[in-house]
Amino acid sequence: MTSTTLRPYSAVFRARFQLLLQYRAAAFAGFATQCWWGTIRVMVFTAFLSGPVASPMTLRETMDYIWLGQALLMMLPWSADPELSRMVRSGDVAYERLRPLETYSYWYARAIARRTATPLLRAIPMVLMASVLLPSLGLAKWGLSAPAGFGAAAMFALSLVFVVALAGAFSTMLDLLVVASLSERGVNIIVAPLSIVFSGSLIPLPLLPDWLQPLMRNQPFAGLLDTPLRIYSGHLAGWAALFAIARQAFWAAALIGLGRAIEGRVMRRLQTQGG
Amino acid sequence: MSRPLIVVDRLSKSFRVAERKSGALNALAGLVRRRYREVHALEEVSFTLAEGELLGLIGPNGAGKSTTIKILCGILEPTSGRCIVNGLVPWRDRVRHVARIGAVFGQRTQLWWDLPVIESFDLLRDIYRVPSDRYRATRDELIARLELSSVLDTPVRQLSLGQRMRCEIAASLLHEPQVLFLDEPTIGLDAVAKLAVRDFVKRLNNTRGVTVILTTHDMHDIEALTERVIVIGKGSVLADGTLAGLRRGALAERRLRVHFSGEPAAIEIPGTTVRERDGRSIELAFDPRAISAHRLIAQVAAAFDVEDVHIEEPPIEEVIARFYAQHAVEA
Repeated sequence: MTSTTLRPYSAVFRARFQLLLQYRAAAFAGFATQCWWGTIRVMVFTAFLSGPVASPMTLRETMDYIWLGQALLMMLPWSADPELSRMVRSGDVAYERLRPLETYSYWYARAIARRTATPLLRAIPMVLMASVLLPSLGLAKWGLSAPAGFGAAAMFALSLVFVVALAGAFSTMLDLLVVASLSERGVNIIVAPLSIVFSGSLIPLPLLPDWLQPLMRNQPFAGLLDTPLRIYSGHLAGWAALFAIARQAFWAAALIGLGRAIEGRVMRRLQTQGG
Repeated sequence: MSRPLIVVDRLSKSFRVAERKSGALNALAGLVRRRYREVHALEEVSFTLAEGELLGLIGPNGAGKSTTIKILCGILEPTSGRCIVNGLVPWRDRVRHVARIGAVFGQRTQLWWDLPVIESFDLLRDIYRVPSDRYRATRDELIARLELSSVLDTPVRQLSLGQRMRCEIAASLLHEPQVLFLDEPTIGLDAVAKLAVRDFVKRLNNTRGVTVILTTHDMHDIEALTERVIVIGKGSVLADGTLAGLRRGALAERRLRVHFSGEPAAIEIPGTTVRERDGRSIELAFDPRAISAHRLIAQVAAAFDVEDVHIEEPPIEEVIARFYAQHAVEA
């Protein structure tokens, strides 16, 4: 692809990214909620892991998992794009087709803007809070520690890139489902619990029962949160980490392929009426 | 007449609309088995349009105007029929097609609600891949012509309707399209804003040769702008021609308003009917084919003490309303 091919899509991404960075009040409210929620989970898992149990994750790894998970929470595709949902309800969505753009890529560009700008605003204060403020209060045990090493940090960064790719693919799929069902309600009701549970945002996936582990490792939601969080703390390292990143890439590619395949059909069904 | 730019050939479009009778039981039944009703939005609509024409598309609500425009824009796929715009089938070659057209939908916005106007314009430049120097020239001209310089930094949501509509029109022209679709561009605008929009569209068509298809319910738009009118009703083309032709066919009568110096006695002139009588003034309707205006005035003047006379045509709204009634397509 040449740069002129990508120009419209990168412009859409930039415009949306910059716009979403303006929503500071929402980010602050979200940050406060997530601190509260993170604290509760820290207390629950500390109690859970401090007994004489053989846990698949250490307390240290679990704390990193929780705080980083809170920081990156908004990367989860747990609802369809509200702007697009509004357009579907009002019928304006048909006019998205007036742009000389391939609709899937257009919406994908918007989706990754949303999945990067919104988390960015919240991740920075959250990381500062958990890795600087908590230790300075003498609560380092319950805070976020440094990555497990240089290799872990590098693979974590790489894994985050695929989180964005995967979250964008999920989000665009949600957008298409909203268009297909002409309402965002059903889609959001189904996808929110799925993405919260299966990404590890509620309970770290390694702490789920053993018999569930093969399923948990291989399902696509794990690549949204669980994979980078475990790489960060060293719970996943070496080839296992690289393999997990490859799995993220696989799911991203699969979902993008699926999304492109259903796009044509969804659009053909899209028939706004009235007027 | 130049080559046809737009060919629409027996275009039909039907929708399937889910329906149910009122009541809880029927709602439950609807869960099990949906009943669908076919709605024929368009039935065999055909017309051609030459490059540089300015066409007015009128018809009552629900007649199929917007459906026609949406198909021509490539947003909607027809159920059957053929349509070619500028050598392309709009819905099949959508991306290439929409790059060469502009569209304004009066009831929608294509600008980004939260972005300042100028940023919306810049984003459109990238979306349509307009070269920078070309873009600057077009943009500056549009800003000057539509007097937008004072609103460029305002977010779209804070614009008045008149300002927004001028911005929408500018936005639809930044990539210099050959065809412009205007779907109710003057809806809700005040008199000044309407005149500004009309004036601009007229000029665009005259000087740039941009082909324009306009739908509207405001017959003054049609009178001011278009040579050719297509009337759509119940999904079919009812008339295709000039406004004058439509007038002749639907309501050929003319009206003579006479002011008398005194209160006149009963007036009876063959071939005329009294439409209105108000003290010393009266309005007669007459058919110019039956009695010429000249003879009618002479007759009136001979019989009464006339102060002033005034001939007018029925207002265009009335002509159109009559036309709809004749074709039984009232909304």
